[in-house]
Amino acid sequence: MSEEGIVKKFMYVNRKSPYGTIYALESLEVVLITAAFDQDVSLTFTDDGVYQLMKDQKTDGIGMKNFSSTYSALGDYEIKKIFIDKESLEERGLSVSDLQELVWEDEDEDYAEKSSINLVSRAELSNIMSQQDIVMSF
Amino acid sequence: MKLGILINEGPYQHQASDTALQYVKAAIKKGHEIYRVFFYNDGVNNATRLATPPQDDRNITKEWSELAKNHNIDLVVCVAAAQRRGILDKGEAERNGKDSDNIEEGFRISGLGQLVEAGIQADRLITFGD
Repeated sequence: MSEEGIVKKFMYVNRKSPYGTIYALESLEVVLITAAFDQDVSLTFTDDGVYQLMKDQKTDGIGMKNFSSTYSALGDYEIKKIFIDKESLEERGLSVSDLQELVWEDEDEDYAEKSSINLVSRAELSNIMSQQDIVMSF
Repeated sequence: MKLGILINEGPYQHQASDTALQYVKAAIKKGHEIYRVFFYNDGVNNATRLATPPQDDRNITKEWSELAKNHNIDLVVCVAAAQRRGILDKGEAERNGKDSDNIEEGFRISGLGQLVEAGIQADRLITFGD
């Protein structure tokens, strides 16, 4: 489904907690469609967006669909660049061990599972963002 | 320059759509091309022709519709986001067994692929949102 072979760098910046607003869920929908267009997709989780990746989410009590398992499918869509703002985690008393593991399979190494998660500082993040063609923020 | 526009907030509650409207008008005046305007999240609420703002206020939906007609602009509303929020064209209304549609003239309902395509084809994609 690529557009005449054009591949652009699309970054999706996720800034909101998963259930307080619809941004997290609808961001994920665009991310998956973009991957279907064979584009170079990366995701950033910053501010309250880091809560989107929390392990063991349970939504029974709030009557909303728990869509957190969708993140683990990102690797199957060849989305293997996930940037997490280290300072946002720290500000919330979280560490990467509070987050679900996200992996992709490396064809060149007998489908070895590799982590998609990159913990980065805000300074590094700003540098990575400046290299993108398209940045969409949700 | 070829511009893609993404609007993620509904009218009146939030300034995003007003600002986008002013931006698009200014861009056209300067000779830029608007490749597409895509409405997502609550932005799909900009497309309802049933909105009836007070007469002394602006009618954002009508303004988009007129701008689209005068400058041949492609206004696309995300189908999944629209269905959630009750924005329907005739076909969608029939397909989902609803008794009416409410989309304003000049808007069309389509998939998220149209947003990605705008990102690929346009020189810049500008987001108006929260």
